Amino acid sequence: MTNAILTTDIRTSGIKKKEKVYITTLKRLLKNKLAIAGIIIILVQITMAIFAPIIATHDPVKQNLIASELPVFSEGHWLGTDNYGRDVWSRIVYGARISLLVGVTAVSLGLIGGITLGLLGGYYKKLDGIIMRVVDLLFSFPGILLAMLIIAVLGTNLVNVAIAISIWSIPTCARIVRGSVLSIKEKEYIMAIKSLGASDFRIMMRHILPNAFAPIIVFGTMRMATAILSTASLSFLGLGAQPPTPEWGAMIAQGQAYMWTSPHLTIVPGIAIMLIVFAFNVVGDGLRDALDPNMDIQ
Amino acid sequence: MVTLSTKSDQKILLELKGVKKYFPIKGGILKRVQGHVKAVEDVSLQLFEGESLGVVGESGCGKSTLGRAILGLEELTEGKIHFRNEEIQDLKRKEKLKFVKEMQMIFQDPYASLNPRQRIGHALEEVFTMHTNMSAKEKRSSVIDLLNEVGLKEEHFERYPHEFSGGQRQRIGIARAIALNPSFVICDEAVSALDVSVQAQVLKLLKTLQEKYQLSYLFISHDLGVIRYFCDRVLVMYLGNTVELGTVKGVFANPLHPYTQALLSAIPRPSVQKNTNRIRLQGDLPNPADPPSGCPFHTRCPIAQDICKINKPDWQEIEPGHFAACHYVGTKI
Repeated sequence: MTNAILTTDIRTSGIKKKEKVYITTLKRLLKNKLAIAGIIIILVQITMAIFAPIIATHDPVKQNLIASELPVFSEGHWLGTDNYGRDVWSRIVYGARISLLVGVTAVSLGLIGGITLGLLGGYYKKLDGIIMRVVDLLFSFPGILLAMLIIAVLGTNLVNVAIAISIWSIPTCARIVRGSVLSIKEKEYIMAIKSLGASDFRIMMRHILPNAFAPIIVFGTMRMATAILSTASLSFLGLGAQPPTPEWGAMIAQGQAYMWTSPHLTIVPGIAIMLIVFAFNVVGDGLRDALDPNMDIQ
Repeated sequence: MVTLSTKSDQKILLELKGVKKYFPIKGGILKRVQGHVKAVEDVSLQLFEGESLGVVGESGCGKSTLGRAILGLEELTEGKIHFRNEEIQDLKRKEKLKFVKEMQMIFQDPYASLNPRQRIGHALEEVFTMHTNMSAKEKRSSVIDLLNEVGLKEEHFERYPHEFSGGQRQRIGIARAIALNPSFVICDEAVSALDVSVQAQVLKLLKTLQEKYQLSYLFISHDLGVIRYFCDRVLVMYLGNTVELGTVKGVFANPLHPYTQALLSAIPRPSVQKNTNRIRLQGDLPNPADPPSGCPFHTRCPIAQDICKINKPDWQEIEPGHFAACHYVGTKI
């Protein structure tokens, strides 16, 4: 009985400690005003993406040629309509869903690939040469060109855009992880756990990876910005989302023909892209400062 | 092999035969091996069950490398290591696991030897996860027993290493080392990073554990005072070579090698008078990548003669259980 009470006691105190580490990071992050702005923008986008059917006022693909090219602040269409009379606000809302989805998929795939390669390369000296040369090879392609090549091979759709962008993220991620692994594996606690007979897999997953997490989180956040921007760029070039999908980059591409008559068709999605890319970048920057290695978690 | 010790009645637990560890120096454009740092040069010794063998020497003399080589954390360049009469130096990791349970290590820096992202309770549980099939509940209770054993409390289970003091962390390191009931523990400068008062507590704990579990220690240290208090026998190393081995009593009372004499004279003694009979060695430790010819100590030895520059002195038993490697063994300086 007493034992049970003691155990729960330890548990609760433990949870407090755990929170403490994350709370310190969060507190540091929230001291950064730009980061707060970034977090708000990201939260708004996430809300828009999740509740798109509720937030959108119209069907994003439904055409209404009578009400085409309405300017902003028109009645019933506060962001106007495009050349087919589709509501721009609704398209932006649904577009948030797409760019977030593609961004998250691309970054997660990229992280999985990059972390695997980085861990193996950093840990096993013999593999390092081969893996890093492959990474160098990937590096030598200009990003967009590589993505275009992959899409040309796989076909034009959003899934392939995510794959292309993820492959493009792998080399940078692998480099970052490898660097951390190289420094962490020389630490005495790795030697200590080795002396206890731990397998390489255990050492990598339970001891090296958790300690390499800070740069990975920062990279992932920053990469979200790049991924969203690249999705838009590829769609703008006609390689990503196909009409009538309400993708931001595709919307700009469509709107550019009406640049002079209805500038809001390009400006509104442009601002949406700019805001979200800005948001992920400043949050990434803020995280980098907040996760400073001198932080009190050592 | 003759058992060469005053404790000849005891069983040999660990035996090193001609152990060498060289680190290659690579250089040039092609990264070719240009030479070797001779960290451990031809060390042979025996360790008996239940004894504490101190290893002493300057920094860079190879004492830590020796410890790591015994555990297999460094691959041997040459030589053999027998543990309970079984050769262990070439075993694969899986075959080695049963010896891992028997041989453990306590590391020098308690701040660096614990994973900063792992709760200490989990760090200790991990040892059981790797070597036993205990259930989560059993593991937890074993860990709590361990924590009590080393003078920590149950409530420390969920804490992170940074929440502990140096002495407490070293206790965690000790708990981890004794978790699997080993028979042999290497203490690599285990108390050097601690305050003197904490040192005494940790040494006391190590002694208690030794009596309770019949542990043998290889106690690596540069602190002769600690060795004198803690160990049964002492091995003196210089530049990767063993220069003297004997019981603590014998070596401290009658040091045979001039290097040992110099080391012992350097122990600070509380005295009103100026300590005049301190032996000051001239020069620095030679480069282990390019050790001197003959006796490695001849460059700094106050009694060195011509022969010392040419011939390396043999490792010989001068008194029963008291070994030294010097051409002019026993000459007082």
